[in-house]
Amino acid sequence: MSFRLIWRKFVSAFMLSVTALCALITVSVLFVILGYLAWNGARSLHWTFFTNLPAPVGETGGGIANAIVGSGKLLLLSAVFGVPIGLLAAIYLAEYAGSTLAFLVRYAADMLNGVPSIVMGIFAYTIVVLPMRHFSALAGGVALGVMMIPIILRSSEEFLRSVPRSLREGSMALGASKWRTIVKVVVPAASGGILTAILLALARVAGETAPLLFTAFGNRFWAHGWNEPIASLPVVIYNYAISPYDDWHRQAWAAGLVLLGLVLTTNLLTRLLLQRQATQRR
Amino acid sequence: MEFSSAAKPALAREVATPMVSSVSNDTSKVTASENALRMAVSNLDFFYGKSQALFHVDLGIAANRVTALIGPSGCGKSTLLRTLNRMHETVSHTRLTGQILLDGEDILSQDVTRLRRRVGMVFQRPNPFPKSLYDNVAYGLRINGYKGALDELVEKSLRRAALWDEVKDRLHRSAYTLSGGQQQRLCIARALAVDPEVLLLDEPCSALDPVSTAKIEELLIQLKENCTIVIVTHNMQQAARVSDSTAFMLNGERIEFSPTPHLFTTPSDPRTEAYITGRFG
Repeated sequence: MSFRLIWRKFVSAFMLSVTALCALITVSVLFVILGYLAWNGARSLHWTFFTNLPAPVGETGGGIANAIVGSGKLLLLSAVFGVPIGLLAAIYLAEYAGSTLAFLVRYAADMLNGVPSIVMGIFAYTIVVLPMRHFSALAGGVALGVMMIPIILRSSEEFLRSVPRSLREGSMALGASKWRTIVKVVVPAASGGILTAILLALARVAGETAPLLFTAFGNRFWAHGWNEPIASLPVVIYNYAISPYDDWHRQAWAAGLVLLGLVLTTNLLTRLLLQRQATQRR
Repeated sequence: MEFSSAAKPALAREVATPMVSSVSNDTSKVTASENALRMAVSNLDFFYGKSQALFHVDLGIAANRVTALIGPSGCGKSTLLRTLNRMHETVSHTRLTGQILLDGEDILSQDVTRLRRRVGMVFQRPNPFPKSLYDNVAYGLRINGYKGALDELVEKSLRRAALWDEVKDRLHRSAYTLSGGQQQRLCIARALAVDPEVLLLDEPCSALDPVSTAKIEELLIQLKENCTIVIVTHNMQQAARVSDSTAFMLNGERIEFSPTPHLFTTPSDPRTEAYITGRFG
């Protein structure tokens, strides 16, 4: 009996260590990336990095102000395309659609979510860049906006569905129409969740490089308006990282740190929002 | 205010009086009070999909009285209540046949928005909107395009719901800061704000403690001066305390409908007697 007992204890302890190790690896990968990025990026971070345009090729220094603003403009554009479509479609699914149709739309949204981002880039290239005959912020915004739709749709739908039926009934019993009820009661009740969905979708597409390579393209100067090629953080990182200059490599790390900082802040903000909403419900 | 309370009783008298005589033939036993009928249900059948929930129900609801619907779970009393302002239409695959009159007019052919403004509803669990107290009460007025002095009507409604003194200093706080009993009275105030002729209450005290329950019962007795009340309740003592007439329902049928003291002391149907003496349900 003693051998079997010892063997079982050994297997148990062994498996415990293996699973714990895998969990540790997951966490450490994140921290290695964060640490490496902070170490390499922080050395090149200087306030001029946020305020200056890129230096001419061959000179050291310069900043990525245009890429930060460019990313902001691209995200704004993508939200203009993605948020209304995603949100209204979510309202349709949660409030109006029959179960079969809702299933089909939901399935399609999941497929759309799984489409590789470079394919989104080709799509936007074909429907915007080719007819207009030039790269533009608009094309980049379309590509990112299409990517946002399924993310916003799926999570907003969940939040809309979690609004209790009793609230809808309370509103309709006062003579409100269905649409009025949705606008005045259901959407406000789910607003925290919907805002979270939008922020998460923005954070997700903020780091996308592939769809921007041949839509927004990039720009070493300020882009005027929405109809010119425009710089963005991920594309700057990509271009600098594959360049032959050491100074650009350092700037790529720094830009990576800035991008990561923005995305992490957004994620933390959404967590906070969700928690606040959860406590309000109680 | 477009739906003024001054015009309402006059209208009700005009329309209700001929209606009583027209339905009195088949509902002579149904009318449990000599008051004019505000609503009359006749020969109502109701279906959830293929299963029938109500069978040939007749019911006359006297104006300015409290009518109670009692019966065991699943007997159809909530279903009957929900047909009175057509809330059943918010559930898919439901169907009804028969007639429901409000002041002599068929409610099924009316605009549902207008109907629900005239026949308000309070639900089993308090369901305040995630808005301030003020916005909750003002909600019905705003969606109906009321352009008058909101503040006054909000105060008046909260007073009618006996909640004003408890909340007057925090009208702009979230409705969720109230206790359960206060939330339910807020829901009553919200329903009263649009000045309904009939107020339907679906087991309004089932989620409340005895003190809150007592407050709401007291409130109902005050409210019937200006309003007709129909209340579904599981609690027979509650029906006995607040109502003027009581309908006992069983398996989708209205078994007996009489003045409340009569129904609880000398029920005419053996099934009613069995239920109120606690032999089932």
